Amino acid sequence: MYLIRQFEEVCGEMYTRGQIRGFLHLYIGEEAVAVGAISQLQPHDYIVTHYRDHGHALARGIDPDRTMAELFGRIGGLSKGKGGSMHLFDVEKGFIGGHAIVGGQFPLAAGLALSHQYRKTDGVCVVFFGDGSTNQGTYHEVMNLASVWKLPMLFFLENNLYGMGSRFDRVRAGGEDFYPGAATYGIDQAAVVDGMDVLVVQEATKLALESIRAGNGPAFIEAKTFRFQGHSMADPVKYRDNSETASWEERDPVTTFPGQLLEQGLLTEAELDEIRNRVDAEVAAAVKFAEDSPFPPDEELFTDIYA
Amino acid sequence: MTEITFRQALQRGLREALDADPDVFLMGEDIGKYDGAYAVTQGLLDTYGPDRIRDTPISEAAFVGAGVGAAVAGLRPVVELMSMSFSLVASDQIVNMAAKIRYMSGGQVKVPMVLRAPTGGGVQLAATHSQSFENWYASTPGLKVVTPSSPYDALGLLRSSIEDDNPVVFAENALLYGVRGEVPDDEYRVPIGVAAVKRAGTDITLVGWAHGVVTLLDAAEKLAETGVSAEVIDLRTLRPLDMDTVVESVERTGRALVLDENWRTAGLGAEIAAEIGYRSSDYLDGPVARVGGADAPAPYTRPLEQLGIPQTQWVIDEIEKTYGI
Repeated sequence: MYLIRQFEEVCGEMYTRGQIRGFLHLYIGEEAVAVGAISQLQPHDYIVTHYRDHGHALARGIDPDRTMAELFGRIGGLSKGKGGSMHLFDVEKGFIGGHAIVGGQFPLAAGLALSHQYRKTDGVCVVFFGDGSTNQGTYHEVMNLASVWKLPMLFFLENNLYGMGSRFDRVRAGGEDFYPGAATYGIDQAAVVDGMDVLVVQEATKLALESIRAGNGPAFIEAKTFRFQGHSMADPVKYRDNSETASWEERDPVTTFPGQLLEQGLLTEAELDEIRNRVDAEVAAAVKFAEDSPFPPDEELFTDIYA
Repeated sequence: MTEITFRQALQRGLREALDADPDVFLMGEDIGKYDGAYAVTQGLLDTYGPDRIRDTPISEAAFVGAGVGAAVAGLRPVVELMSMSFSLVASDQIVNMAAKIRYMSGGQVKVPMVLRAPTGGGVQLAATHSQSFENWYASTPGLKVVTPSSPYDALGLLRSSIEDDNPVVFAENALLYGVRGEVPDDEYRVPIGVAAVKRAGTDITLVGWAHGVVTLLDAAEKLAETGVSAEVIDLRTLRPLDMDTVVESVERTGRALVLDENWRTAGLGAEIAAEIGYRSSDYLDGPVARVGGADAPAPYTRPLEQLGIPQTQWVIDEIEKTYGI
C-alpha cells in the first residue's frame, strides 16, 4: 500500500513538472481495496480495471519502472508509451487493462472469464469498476450475461461515492448500497466491505473466489472507499466539503494498517522505516528509469495496429 | 466444383473452421436453437453443442465485447449480429475495444475475432434495419472489413477472416444470401485485402463491392450490347483497401466509375473516387464518375425504397453523362 501511495505522490509531482501529461487519476486513499483483493488472486487469473489503474497494476506486482516509463510516454513503458496512465497492460501478469471508457471494461472481462470456462480451468477474471460505471448499460448487461452463463467472474465495485464530481445520491436511484442489486441478476454471492481495511477486503475476496472456483458463477463485492484527491489532476474539487474528505482521511489505510501492526507488536518502528526507505528508493529508481528511457521512435506510430 | 448459395457457403465456412480448430466458437442472438435469423447457422447447435454454438441475450455490447475478451485470451470467437444496424449498440466495443486494445497495450495482445452481420437494404425493413456501417468501420485503424459478393468469396474470405489474428468485420449483404455460385469441393482461402477483376474490359473500370458488384456486372452486360467494354473490379475487402488493382485497371481503361450503395456523402465511394483522381488523373479522360445511394433514411414502402438504391440504369446513365459513351 505504501508503494502505491508513494508512487502516486511522485506521479502527482511529475505531472506538475510536465513529465506526465494527459489525464492522471490518482488512487490515493483507495489502496486497501486493490491490495486486499489482488493479494488473493492466482497467477492465471485475469484482472481488468478502469482508468484509475496504477494501484491495481502495482498490487499485481507489475514493474514500477515500466509503469512509470509508460506514464512518461517512453519506449521502456509497459506499452511503449502508447497507452499512458489510463491504459496499463501487462499480459504476463494477466493484467488486461486499464480502460478509460466508463463501463467499457465489463464485456471484455466477461470474455476473459468465458475463456477460463471454455478451457475448463479454475481461473477467474476480476473486474474493478467505480460507482459511476453502474449507470452504464454494460454493467447490467454483463451482470446478466455472467450470471446466465455462470462465468467465473468477480465484480469488484470500488465505491468511492463520486463519479467525477457527481456524488452517487445525485445520479443514482436505489440508495447507498449497490451490492443488493447483484441479486436482481441471480448473483447471490454478494457482500459489502469496509474498503479502508485491507484485511477485511482480503477476507471477503477469499470467500468470493472460493465460491467462484467452486463453479457457482459470478460473485460481487462492494468496497466502500474514498479518493482523497480530485478526480484527476485537473479537478479543483469544488463539489464536496473538506470535512467529508477529512473524515475519510482519518481512516487512511496507509497509516492505520501499520499502526495496527505496531500496536500488535507485529512490526517495529525500525522495520517500518526500513520498508518506507526501501519503497522510496524503489520509486526514485522508477523515475530515474523513466527519465532515462527515450521517447519511442517515429516508426512506432504505425506498429501494433495489426497483428 | 459445386453450385451452392451464398448462405450455404457461409455455413460451410463455419463448419470447416469449427472442425479445424477447437478454439473456434460462435456467439450471437438466436444462432442456436432458433437456427439463426437468416438461417446461416442452421443445424450447427446439433453438431457442435451449446459450448461452441452459444445463444446470447439481446445484449450486443456485452457479447461483442465478450468476444473481444475471449479473443484476447487466445480463442477464436465468431460473433454474429442480427443486423449491421445493431452494431451501433456495440460500437464502443468494436471501435474503442476491439480496434484499440492491441495498440494501447503496445502489441501485447491480439484480437482474433470475426464479427459477422447481415447488412444493406432493399427488403423493406425501413430506416433502422437497412444500413451498412461497414463503411464506417472501414475508416477505423485496427479493424479489417470484408465484404464478399459471391459464394466463392464468402466461403474463402470467411476462412481467412477466422484464421486472421485481427478483428474482422464481415459484412453479409442480405440480398446475397440466396445468390448461387460455384465453389471448389476442397478447402480453400481467399486472401483479405486483395480485390478481384470479376469481368475484364478495356473501355471503363467499374469499381464496387458486395451487392454493388451484382449491379455492376449487370451494367457491364448491358454496356457490352452497345459496344462498351467494361471491366468490373470487386474490392472484396474495404480495409485494407486494394487500390493498386483499381489504379492499374483505371490506367489501362482511362475511365472510372465508383458505385457505393450506401449514402453517397462521405462514404467509402468518395474515398475511392478521390484516390483514383489523386493517383491516376493523368490517365483519365474525365472526372471519376460516381453512383451512390440516396442521402435519405431507407423508407419502408417499396417504391420509395427502390428510389434510394442504385440501379443498373443509374450506372449506365452516369457513364454516358460523364464520358459520353
